[in-house]
Amino acid sequence: MTSVALLRQITDYANRADPYPLYAELRKTPVVRDEDGPYLVSTYWEIHSLLHDPRVSSDTRNLSPEAARTISQEEDPNLPPPFIKLDPPEHDRLRRLAMRPFGPPHTPRRVYEMRGELGEIVSGLIDGFRDRGQVDLVDDFSYPFPVTVICRLLGIPREDEARFHGWADTIAASIDPAHGTADEREAQLQVFRQARTDLASYLAGLIEERRRSPRDDMLSAMAAGYGPDGQMSPVEMVSTSILLLIAGHETTVNLITNGMLTLLRNPDVLQRLRDDPDLVVPLVEELLRYEPPVQLLPQKTTLADIDIAGTTIPKGAPLWLVLASGNRDPQRFLDPDRFIPDRPDNQHLGFSSGVHNCFGSPLARLEAQLALTELVRRLDNPRLVEDPPPYRHNAVLRGPQHLGIAFDGLRQ
Amino acid sequence: MPPVSVDGSLEKLRREGHIVIVGASLAGLRAAETLRDEGFTGTLTLVGDEPHDPYDRPPLSKQVLLGRVPADHTGLPRRRALDARWRLGVAATGLDLAAKRVHLADGDSLEYDRLLITTGVRARPWPHELEADLDGVFVLRTSDDAAQLHRRLNAGPSRVLVIGAGFTGSEIASACRERGLDVTVVERGSAPLVGALGGVVGEVAAKLQREHGVDLRCGVMVTGLEGDSAGRLRCAHLSDGSTVEVEVAVVGLGATRNTEWLASSGLGAGPRGIACDAGCRAFDVRGIVTDDVFVAGDVARSPHPLFGYQFLSLEHWGNAIAQAEVAAHNMVSSSTERRPHVWTPSFWSAQFGVNIKSVGVPPMADEIIVTQGSLDERCFTAAYGYQGRIIAAVTFDQAKWLEFYQRQIEQAAPFPPEFTTVDRRPEGMRPVPADFPDPSLPSHGPTVTLSGHSPSDRRISFTPLHA
Amino acid sequence: MRLVVDLNRCQGYAQCAFLAPEAFTMHGDEALMYDPQPDDAQREHVLRAAQACPVKAITVEGTDGALIAERAGASRVG
Ligand SMILES: Cc1cc2nc3c(=O)[nH]c(=O)nc-3n(C[C@H](O)[C@H](O)[C@H](O)COP(=O)(O)OP(=O)(O)OC[C@H]3O[C@@H](n4cnc5c(N)ncnc54)[C@H](O)[C@@H]3O)c2cc1C
Ligand code: HEM
Ligand code: SF4
Repeated sequence: MTSVALLRQITDYANRADPYPLYAELRKTPVVRDEDGPYLVSTYWEIHSLLHDPRVSSDTRNLSPEAARTISQEEDPNLPPPFIKLDPPEHDRLRRLAMRPFGPPHTPRRVYEMRGELGEIVSGLIDGFRDRGQVDLVDDFSYPFPVTVICRLLGIPREDEARFHGWADTIAASIDPAHGTADEREAQLQVFRQARTDLASYLAGLIEERRRSPRDDMLSAMAAGYGPDGQMSPVEMVSTSILLLIAGHETTVNLITNGMLTLLRNPDVLQRLRDDPDLVVPLVEELLRYEPPVQLLPQKTTLADIDIAGTTIPKGAPLWLVLASGNRDPQRFLDPDRFIPDRPDNQHLGFSSGVHNCFGSPLARLEAQLALTELVRRLDNPRLVEDPPPYRHNAVLRGPQHLGIAFDGLRQ
Repeated sequence: MPPVSVDGSLEKLRREGHIVIVGASLAGLRAAETLRDEGFTGTLTLVGDEPHDPYDRPPLSKQVLLGRVPADHTGLPRRRALDARWRLGVAATGLDLAAKRVHLADGDSLEYDRLLITTGVRARPWPHELEADLDGVFVLRTSDDAAQLHRRLNAGPSRVLVIGAGFTGSEIASACRERGLDVTVVERGSAPLVGALGGVVGEVAAKLQREHGVDLRCGVMVTGLEGDSAGRLRCAHLSDGSTVEVEVAVVGLGATRNTEWLASSGLGAGPRGIACDAGCRAFDVRGIVTDDVFVAGDVARSPHPLFGYQFLSLEHWGNAIAQAEVAAHNMVSSSTERRPHVWTPSFWSAQFGVNIKSVGVPPMADEIIVTQGSLDERCFTAAYGYQGRIIAAVTFDQAKWLEFYQRQIEQAAPFPPEFTTVDRRPEGMRPVPADFPDPSLPSHGPTVTLSGHSPSDRRISFTPLHA
Repeated sequence: MRLVVDLNRCQGYAQCAFLAPEAFTMHGDEALMYDPQPDDAQREHVLRAAQACPVKAITVEGTDGALIAERAGASRVG
């Protein structure tokens, strides 16, 4: 099989339900170039080393002109790039500023203390399953849960949440590598740009409001600003808020949904979790390895030629790091295609690594841990309605579009 | 001599031999655990002159002095159950190589089939004995030292003097400042950390100290400590003629190897430590390697292939563990199964809110280049070069990049680096002299590189100089 | 309970400081200061922290002396 075929197959919707055999094929050549497209990196150690390689850039402005032409540029001309698409030192400055109201060293207890509130949201959503023999886990649980959490964290009013679903959905879909004809791509981009503009102007208004009358939320804290790094500019704040919203949202939906799907496919593990809720901690780590919500990072490029695994990746080349493939690399993980909920030595790539490692991972972990233990504890005899479930189109943020679960009743 | 490995004697050793470990601290404990992991089921005895269970030292100059953790709360977690005999509070006083016996201070002696020496180092005391005995003069090596010093800092001394601005001294100064105590640091060199990281980085450390309110005096020596009539420290005299009034002085003048007990044993042990081969086997005074005496941790000096086979003495936490694991493995393995200790030196220190890490051997370097970030912002990565290859790197609050540089060192990559990186600043465009105080330049060597990701997978590739 | 962090491995990801703030605190942006002997009441949080550490730098010992949190091993297999 040639590399071209592989790349197309990864983005091919037909393979969404089970991309892992393709990744196995891909790993036969750890670093491979798709015709005149990106370099694909599929093995654990190579991905890991590139994530810590200062010659790798997350800023697509560093792509060579030829490469840049083939990549759909989706930046909003009115906003600075979010820090996920920036390199140090700008990245570090903005990330530190965003971290100040979110985590250590300045706010170490924010996530820790959200535990109770998260538990209540979860209970409330599951209570809503009452009197129904079947739910769509995505629409009825996985989706509303992280949206509520991220909105509360940022300080977005509940009554505006519905509008967020629309915006966030559209924007997340755009991360999908381009497909379809040029016209279709252009149309898709058009929709995306509109969503982003609407979201941005909404957030700009809200940030201004919070600046005038601060509350105990992240937007207020960002708008207040302090410390050696100074303050974010208003547009940086909008850009960062959009990033937090998007990055903290579609991903968590998929982690929770993939989690239930995996548990329902492995009833023995489900039973173990029910008997021993502490198992959820390593189980979520294994989930992040086994079914990572972010399958690949398609936004990186190189600042210099990089020799790796017998290949030279030239300066300015587009680079795709296939995290989900690295997570199944038999050179790194024993029995990688088995789901082992208490797997030892599990240094997965699910949250990436290096300076761009997931900003929200402590929150994501907590959300998934609470969601899965409660779902498993409360649903009586849960069963999949169809397997495999229908998937979203997105090959990067991969997950089911719907997950029908039937059950006999709700425990208290 | 009968072959040890192929007949049953190795098996017998593994099953019912007697292994003695002298020095019951980090290296000793981790070696003992590894021996059991490796399937050694014989008798295992650990001898330690401190009365405490093995404990961790790095927190002593950090969390403990800050008052966040009591001095007796740094006990090392066990990785596994040990089933060992502990002889704590008893020093080893002699070694009889021929009779394979270790003599103990309580008159007892222990016979061994294999001996591991992990006696580490101790703090070098203030050289004038009477002055050293003054009330208020401290060193910091043991948890007892830390408990006493902490108690004294709690009493709120008017000023603390730190003599020597190496890592430990700088950490002590940092802890004192964080507690709001006035501190004077006196360093003979041109800057703090200059011996370990060179003058360029030392300058950053100096600014860091001064910004945090340390009264830092470099290029100066303490010439004398003076007490009052009650024998309490009152002031210190400096080589520039000045006097500093202090109630507490902490002597941070480096360490002395604990090898005196081996003085007449015939082992190659002296003030610079115990020399051993890459497999951790000790040399005797004739330069012949022993079969049954192994060394690990701060007390060891071992040749490193990446650094011209120079004998390195590393007072590094990570080295103690890695070397202990290799030594333990080799103690119960046949010669072909033995592994070399090819750990790439790594170190960290936390001071003044900055995380300082290094890999490789900076003091070997002649040049340095700031590859990422900026010295002024105290957030940077710098690479060190020696004879056209990268041999070390240091980060200030940029630890996530360090493993890249470690690989560069292990692959003997060229210096200065031929590529650009993210966050390259104008100051990172060309290398400058690393500015070490006393460059003892090693000789030209062949090129050696390391490959593989795990200890059991490490390979050494050797390229002769004129191949 | 006793624990130790291999600060050579630690890259300051602060996961531990999020999950068990009583036992792990960041000192500045990257330096970790931890309590090597946290209260047993912290057990659940400390174990979560050890599991979440992306470089598996945290070694925790159980009250019975057995190792409960896995120590790091970047070992290749196969
Ligand atoms: C305050 C302080 C801070 C530190 N901070 C850092 C840091 O931030 N990063 C880092 O990498 N490293 C640091 N280190 C260094 C690190 O702690 C050492 O590298 C490590 O302890 C070495 O372990 P070891 O077992 O080889 O030796 P040691 O820990 O010195 O243990 C040797 C043991 O042997 C005993 N002994 C000696 N002679 C005899 C004898 N004749 N009979 C019986 N027992 C004997 C000693 O009393 C001691 O208990 C620090 C050290 C100190 C003191
Ligand atoms: C299961 C859930 C999640 C997964 C699998 C996940 C995964 C990832 C991955 C792989 C990256 C690296 C991207 C890159 O290197 O380009 C990342 C970055 C990021 N994530 Fe997450 N994430 C999740 C949840 C969250 C949450 C809940 C938030 C916010 C609260 C969040 C915020 C971010 C941000 C801001 C970044 C950019 C970090 C940077 O560039 O420094 N994520 N995430
Ligand atoms: S989670 Fe691990 S890497 Fe991060 S600060 Fe804690 S110990 Fe260090």
